[in-house]
Amino acid sequence: MSYSASQSRLRRTLLYAALIAVGIAYSLPLIWMVSTSIKPEAQTVERSINFLPTPASQTFSIAADNYSRVWHDPTVNFPLYLRNTLIIAALSVIGMVLSSAIVAFALARLQWRGRGTVFAIILATMMIPFPVLMVPLYLVFRELGWIGTLKPLWVPAWFGGAFNIFLLRQFFMSIPRELDEAARIDGCSTWGIFWRIILPLSKPALGVVALFHFIFVWNDFLAPLVFLSDRDQFTLALGLQLYQSQAGNTPWNLLMAASTLVILPVLIVFLFAQKAFVQGIATQGIKE
Amino acid sequence: MTPMLPRQRSLSANTLGWIWVSPWLIGFIVFLAVPTAMSLYYSLCDYPLLEPPLFVGLSNYRRMFDDPVFWIVLRNTAIYAATSIPLGTAAALIIAALLNNKVRGVGFFRAAVFLPTVVPLAASAMIWLWILNGELGLLNAIINPILKPFGLHGPAWIGFRGTGDKAWAMPALVLMSLWGVGQSVVIYLAALQDVPESLHEAASIDGVGPIRRFYHITLPLISPVILFNVIVAIIGSSQVFGAPYIMTQGGPDRATYFYSMYMFDKAFTYGQMGYASAMAWVQLVIVLVLTALTFIVSRKLVFYRSA
Repeated sequence: MSYSASQSRLRRTLLYAALIAVGIAYSLPLIWMVSTSIKPEAQTVERSINFLPTPASQTFSIAADNYSRVWHDPTVNFPLYLRNTLIIAALSVIGMVLSSAIVAFALARLQWRGRGTVFAIILATMMIPFPVLMVPLYLVFRELGWIGTLKPLWVPAWFGGAFNIFLLRQFFMSIPRELDEAARIDGCSTWGIFWRIILPLSKPALGVVALFHFIFVWNDFLAPLVFLSDRDQFTLALGLQLYQSQAGNTPWNLLMAASTLVILPVLIVFLFAQKAFVQGIATQGIKE
Repeated sequence: MTPMLPRQRSLSANTLGWIWVSPWLIGFIVFLAVPTAMSLYYSLCDYPLLEPPLFVGLSNYRRMFDDPVFWIVLRNTAIYAATSIPLGTAAALIIAALLNNKVRGVGFFRAAVFLPTVVPLAASAMIWLWILNGELGLLNAIINPILKPFGLHGPAWIGFRGTGDKAWAMPALVLMSLWGVGQSVVIYLAALQDVPESLHEAASIDGVGPIRRFYHITLPLISPVILFNVIVAIIGSSQVFGAPYIMTQGGPDRATYFYSMYMFDKAFTYGQMGYASAMAWVQLVIVLVLTALTFIVSRKLVFYRSA
C-alpha cells in the first residue's frame, strides 16, 4: 500500500466523521418525533433542545398520558382506523402473494406461446403512474358499486402486482428444472408442482413480496384518499391527517405520539426483516 | 416392463399457460386497459361527475393551454424535479460510497439511512411539519445559533395550512425529499459492491487517489444503475402529491401546488373528470418524453459492461 499508517488513520477518522454526520441527519427526525411524543405540551414549545422531559423521572407517566389521549381521541377514532388498515392489509397481502406467485409460475415454469409477450407487457405496466389511472379507476369502482367500501383497496391485489410478479419470476427461474420433471414422472399435476415443490422452496421470496406489499398498503395515502368517502372506513395513514386538518391546533406532542403509533408496526417489521428487505430492493437495479 | 399409460392431456400447453396467467390478465383488463381506454375517451369529453359525459373533442386540451393554474403547477413540478433529482442522486451516491467501506458499525448507519423510506408518508409529513415549523421547529433551533453571528435567522419554511414562507416552502419540500433517498442508496450500494476490487487495486498501485478512482472507475461502471434510478425519480417526482397535500395544501400562494394535486382537485373537488383525464394524458406524455430524452442523452454517458 502506498499509504502510510498515519494517512490511513486520518482517512478512517474522516470516514467515521462523515458516517456519523449522515447517521445523525437521517435518524434525528425520528428521534425528535419520539422525544416530542413523551413531553408535556408546555415543554414542546421551549426553544432549547431537550430529548427528555423535565423532570426525566416522569417520562413514563407523561408518555402513557399522551399515548392514551391519542388512542382515546373523541374525534379521531384511532382503534377503528387500525382495524380497517389491518383488514385491508391482511386481505391484500394474501391475495397479492398468491396471485403473483401463480402468474410468476406460468412465466417461469410453463412453456406456452405468448409467454414472452405477456412478460414484456407486465414489465411495461410498471411504468404507468397511479395518478394517470386515478380518475378512470374511481369511475370503474363507482360503476361496480365499490365506492364507500374497502374493496377498491384490496380486491385489485388479488390480480397480482407487476413488480411482485417480476420478483417471483426471477426467483422461480433459479430453481432447478429437474425437480419439475422428477415430480411429473411421479405423477404430480401442474398445480401439485406449484403448490408442493415451487412454493415451499420459495419461502424467502414470498416473504419479501408479503413484506413489500404490507408496507405499501400500510403507507398508501393517495388510493384511500381517492376511494374512501366515509370517515368510518379511513385507514391510519388517512386518519392521521385528521388530527392536523380538522383541528389545526392539536398539540405537537399528541401529533407526534399519533405518528409514532402509525410508524411502530412498519418499524418492527423492518427491524426483523431488514436483510430480506434490502436484498429485495437491490434486485430492482439489476432489472434491465 | 409394462408400457406407460397414455397420459390424459385435456389441455394443451398454450391453454394451460393462459389459464395460469388469467388472474393477471383479468386484472390487466379491468383495472388497467379499460380504465386507460375510458380515460382517453373522457379526456375528449365534458364530464361533470354527476352527469353523463358529452363529447367535445380536443377542447379540454385547448383549455389547458389557456389555464394559468395549469402552467403554475407544471412549473412547480418541473422545479421540484429539477432540484430534487440531481440533489437526491448526488446525496445517494455519496452516502452509498461512504457505506461501501468495510468498517465496524456500518450496518447501523445503513439502517439509519434506509429506515425513513419505510415510514408512512402521512407520518413523515407530520414529522417534517414539526421540524420545519418556523417558530418552534428543530431545524431553526439548530441553524439559528449558526446564522446569528451573521445577523440572519432561519425562514418560516412551512406552517400549518399553507402558511409559512412563500420562497422557502419549495426548498423545504426538496430538503424533506432528501430524507427519503434510502431506496436509491441501497440500489447504488448493491451496484458498488459489484465493482471488481482488482480494478481499484491496480489503479491504486499506479498512484491514483480515491476520488479520481471513484470518478474514473466506479462512476462509469455503475452508470446503468444511475440511469435506472434517475428514470424512477423522474416518474416519481412527476407525481409528487402526499407531502405537499398534507403539509401545505399547495400554499403559500400556490408556491407548492403540484401537477397531481391540481389534477386531484379538478377531478374530486370540482368534479371535472374530463379535464382531469386530459391532464393525466398530458402528464403521461411528458413523462414518456422525458424518459426517452434521458435514454438518448445517456447513450454517451452510460457505459455498459459486455457480459
